[in-house]
Amino acid sequence: MIVKGKTFKYGDNVDTDVIIPARYLNIAEPEELAKHCMEDIDTDFVQKVNLGDIIVANKNFGCGSSREHAPLVIKVCGVGCVIASSFARIFYRNAINIGMPILECDEAAKKIEADDEVQIDFETGVITNVTKNETYQALPFPAFIQGIISSGGLLKSLKERGAGC
Amino acid sequence: MGMTMTQKILAAHAGLKTVVPGQLIEANIDLALANDITGPVAIRELEKAGFTKVWDNTKIALVMDHFTPNKDIKSAEQCLECRQFSAKHNIVNFFDVGQMGIEHALLPEKGLTAPGELIIGADSHTCTYGALGAFSTGVGSTDMAAGMATGKAWFRVPSAIKFNLTGTLPEYVSGKDVILYIIGKIGVDGALYKSMEFCGEGANALTMDDRFTICNMAIEAGAKNGIFPVDEKTMGYITGRVTRPVTVYEADEDAVYDEVINIDLSALRPTIACPHLPENTKPIDEVKGLEIQQSVIGSCTNGRIDDMRIAAAILKGKKVCKTVRTIIIPATQEIYLQCIREGLLEIFVEAGAIVSTPTCGPCLGGHMGILAQGERAISTTNRNFVGRMGHITSEIYLASPAVAAASAITGVITDPAEV
Ligand code: SF4
Repeated sequence: MIVKGKTFKYGDNVDTDVIIPARYLNIAEPEELAKHCMEDIDTDFVQKVNLGDIIVANKNFGCGSSREHAPLVIKVCGVGCVIASSFARIFYRNAINIGMPILECDEAAKKIEADDEVQIDFETGVITNVTKNETYQALPFPAFIQGIISSGGLLKSLKERGAGC
Repeated sequence: MGMTMTQKILAAHAGLKTVVPGQLIEANIDLALANDITGPVAIRELEKAGFTKVWDNTKIALVMDHFTPNKDIKSAEQCLECRQFSAKHNIVNFFDVGQMGIEHALLPEKGLTAPGELIIGADSHTCTYGALGAFSTGVGSTDMAAGMATGKAWFRVPSAIKFNLTGTLPEYVSGKDVILYIIGKIGVDGALYKSMEFCGEGANALTMDDRFTICNMAIEAGAKNGIFPVDEKTMGYITGRVTRPVTVYEADEDAVYDEVINIDLSALRPTIACPHLPENTKPIDEVKGLEIQQSVIGSCTNGRIDDMRIAAAILKGKKVCKTVRTIIIPATQEIYLQCIREGLLEIFVEAGAIVSTPTCGPCLGGHMGILAQGERAISTTNRNFVGRMGHITSEIYLASPAVAAASAITGVITDPAEV
């Protein structure tokens, strides 16, 4: 799988409360909820983001609560991947489980700037910065994690694999 | 490269000879746990995805502990959903009012967690079972649903921090003080993604209940899990509870750790975490004298029999301060019964405390002791976030049962050695 898009750049400790503020958690429909994605850190994010765009951030992205709504709204907004130096543990799991691609790569997180054009090959873990003509290597996901993401989430991929009953 | 205890358990459950930190693996789980809050979400996910059967009806535990006995209609409906699901799939380990206890005290007691096993739970304090030498960790609702459907979960293999414990605890200092001290030292993300592996002769000297308390709060340092080596105390604890064969894993001699932290238990003081983060710790000497309105002794952190005994030893023949609502909650029915047999309930009631049936209750600001504006509690629970026990201006000071009992008597935060 390959994604390509322009980047949005954020700093350390982007928490789940700024990704999707708790005051909206009574909204059940993902599309409605996603209208508030990143609202408290980047007011125009939802207006500016295009399908395939990439979020780049520094350490501990997604810290805070364990709400699955956080990776969900990012996914529903059409973001193709989140690249960060590190992710908070439960956000990392939840993102993969709902089929939201993420990559950990400190070099990419540091060198990519806002609005750079970036292409990601998930099979090899190679991140290409088209604007700067640089490449960075992230640890690629093993086949079964790639399977989860390309199926659109853990439960769908398990169903496809004929797992369970 | 040698493996840590956690890495060995993960490798074995993934059918691999070795694993390295950062590696993503798929592993077989031995138990999947959810409660009355996270259970319904996972059940709906499972059904939405079209799974009509569960993987193994004996290896799923559903514990109705957070808002039970049900505090309102919404919580009653959440339990109803779990009850109906359990009936439909014949879930053997469904624990309703009468059998239930706080999940992380209940499962070890029922023999559902054992050394060497791999347990996931849709509750962040699932890390408690590391006290038994198991790998256990908290997950999201999709993970739980997948676990119930397939008996598998994926993991990123963690690196580890080794805590080398020496010496023995002084009087009135307990496992709670050890873990609060550690969180104060490394911070709430000090062990992010990592295992906290406890070892050394000091670890062997700790009681099982102290080990449960310590592993319970590993998540408060951001850790994936906390774990103790298996010794004769562990085997003593599981005797009569666990009948299936168990596998004991030990860290390799050449296991690699990110860091080794030495802690001399004999030098520790009763430790308090001040509002509003568990890392805001201070020795009792710097906090004592602060007035409180409520004292809570219970929760998955400190509602076990050792906790009840130390509280009773301090409260015996004394009265709690008139201005302190003192709420004592044995974590399970078995602990409750043991308290009755040992005469502890009589001591509590005579002292002017109240004793509740097992429930999470006040720990998450659910019911049974909500704080009003500006009120302050001393509590043996594990989180002191803004508004956790009630009004957003209320304050929670986390402490051991000994400190909570002593403070209930005097009405101010008190060193148990001084009552
Ligand atoms: S006692 Fe508190 S921390 Fe423990 S499971 Fe219940 S709500 Fe969670």
